Amino acid sequence: MIDENESPELTEDEKRLFADLMPEDLNEILDTGVNRRHFLKLITMAGGGVLAAQSAVAEQLMTRPFAETGTAEFAPDSLDNGVSVSFKVNGTARKLTVDSRMTLLDTLRERLDLTGSKKGCDHGQCGACTVIVNGQRILSCLTLAASCEGKTVQTIEGIAQGSTGATTRLHPVQEAFLKHDGFQCGFCTPGQICSAVAMLDEAKKGHLSYVSENVRQPAAPAKLSNEEIRERMSGNICRCGAYPNIVAAIQEVHSGKPVEQIFRSV
Amino acid sequence: MRPFTYSRAKDPSSAIKMLAQNPNAKFLAGGTNLLDLMKEDVERPDALIDISELGLSDINLISAGTNQGGISLGGLSKNTATANHPLVRQNYPLLTQAILAGASGQLRNMATNGGNLLQRTRCPYFYEVAMPCNKREPGTGCGAKEGINRMHAIFGWSEQCVAVYPSDMAIALAALDAVVKVRSASGQERSISMADFHRLPGDQPEKDTNLAHGELITAIELPKNRFADKSYYLKVRDRASYAFALISVAAALEMDQANGPGNRIKQVRIAMGGVAHKPWRALKAEQMLVGKEATEANFNLAASAEMADARPLEHNAFKVELGKRSIVLALKMAFNGGKA
Ligand SMILES: Cc1cc2nc3c(=O)[nH]c(=O)nc-3n(C[C@H](O)[C@H](O)[C@H](O)COP(=O)(O)OP(=O)(O)OC[C@H]3O[C@@H](n4cnc5c(N)ncnc54)[C@H](O)[C@@H]3O)c2cc1C
Ligand code: SF4
Ligand code: FES
Ligand code: FES
Repeated sequence: MIDENESPELTEDEKRLFADLMPEDLNEILDTGVNRRHFLKLITMAGGGVLAAQSAVAEQLMTRPFAETGTAEFAPDSLDNGVSVSFKVNGTARKLTVDSRMTLLDTLRERLDLTGSKKGCDHGQCGACTVIVNGQRILSCLTLAASCEGKTVQTIEGIAQGSTGATTRLHPVQEAFLKHDGFQCGFCTPGQICSAVAMLDEAKKGHLSYVSENVRQPAAPAKLSNEEIRERMSGNICRCGAYPNIVAAIQEVHSGKPVEQIFRSV
Repeated sequence: MRPFTYSRAKDPSSAIKMLAQNPNAKFLAGGTNLLDLMKEDVERPDALIDISELGLSDINLISAGTNQGGISLGGLSKNTATANHPLVRQNYPLLTQAILAGASGQLRNMATNGGNLLQRTRCPYFYEVAMPCNKREPGTGCGAKEGINRMHAIFGWSEQCVAVYPSDMAIALAALDAVVKVRSASGQERSISMADFHRLPGDQPEKDTNLAHGELITAIELPKNRFADKSYYLKVRDRASYAFALISVAAALEMDQANGPGNRIKQVRIAMGGVAHKPWRALKAEQMLVGKEATEANFNLAASAEMADARPLEHNAFKVELGKRSIVLALKMAFNGGKA
């Protein structure tokens, strides 16, 4: 048991760990015993492992090279299996060398500073990383950047229409998400919007879904029920459960008619 | 992910050659299964050969040969394109439904027909490299056999492996007697029927299929049939959408017109997913139904006979009754042209 009146002094190692982990709290920790007890408890509970691992992460975060923008090469010598790839992202040509293991998602976020696309599960299960490649919605977490040679990529940053200065207008789906509160924390929203934009296009082409009534009819622009929208958007998971509002927003754009706003939780 | 070299193949023959030279190389198609498994350290190829730009994505009527009048689906055609193609919608609605029952819109835009057939089991012990698994590491044992095996097999399993095969598309292909066309490094083409494509685990569960290393799936052929009016793909899962099947049933009926407006079944196909290491053709039920009237009583008899042979594990006995009811419902839906 730790004595209430124990001196709050930390060892040099402890100080270093704290300086790493919570630099802004260091002085307070040095001045109070409470935090020291908390610290010791953490250390004993985790056998030091948790903190040590966190500090390794903290170190990595702090020493990571800044994401480069533009077309400069990324220290290609340090890449094991570098692959050079040229593609168009939101209308701008990009050329870079990537590690063969780099996903499109990591490339967008870490190399091109396009952090709108989110990493949720990183395994194709949540849809947070949805982007539009060659006009089709796909998951950037299961796409290798190397495989995007010559392709066009559209991310949430490029969804707004005429994205040049004063003339920028939000995409109708973005407007509708705002109007209908189609988000709470917003984490899934970029993926939801990219997915919805491409999905509405699929419906126009007459693509079917598992709940479509008549599979055998010739392809014609589909009129989507809310059930259809739900099924077609099922690859985008929302932890906050903003689904009713998301469906309302998409329905409004799809039908072209105002949909009543939902202010109740379902 | 472990390091690997990435190369883009320009034509099928060079792709096959590149693969054949290296036993640790893998083709990369849509990547939706392979990359997932590489991130989990389950698959560890040292070279990926990207085959997504090879073409091989046409969908055509077959004008000659044994499958004349049927259609050919490119091995690299995307699942979305296949499901929505007019020829598939019109003549093989069962296949359209099965593809659309699987995964999500984004994934189907990426997934290819060949990759879909070769997707690996979703057994959670297979995915978790800290667990024993004969499929992932032969000789280590099977975590699921005595573990949590609610999702696992009730037919065809062995002491070595009780996993189920997860594809929806393949269940419809099995019911439709599809043929898989493959090309090897020697340039030779061969055809493998769906019935022989996937394997039961036996004592080599690490081998999912009868495809040899270096063989490329170039196409999948569907023979002509008369099932389009009466077919249905039923998928039963834990969530309403976007989940793998607990049980699925592809059912197709052709009624005998020769006997007038009578209700007799001329031909019937039933294939099940989520019950075995491969698409499971319910041959016993099929045989019992040929020549019989399409009544719920007969559907029940056939389904019960089929499921009587099931060998459930500790946690999946529910699949026996569920399978029986699913067969009956799928046949009813098929008979009514897709309506309950
Ligand atoms: C979250 C999630 C949910 C899913 N839900 C479902 C579902 O409900 N139902 C369902 O059926 N599926 C589902 N899937 C699986 C998905 O359908 C498959 O991952 C996909 O079909 C695989 O195709 P691919 O082209 O991406 O294959 P890849 O991942 O590129 O390849 C898979 C394997 O096939 C090999 N290969 C690919 N093409 C060829 C070829 N032409 N010749 C020889 N070898 C080849 C590759 O080397 C690799 O070993 C789901 C996947 C995810 C991630
Ligand atoms: S059921 Fe098959 S895949 Fe699952 S743990 Fe056992 S051996 Fe591995
Ligand atoms: S991050 Fe890609 S699907 Fe979850
Ligand atoms: S708004 Fe929070 S996850 Fe969807």
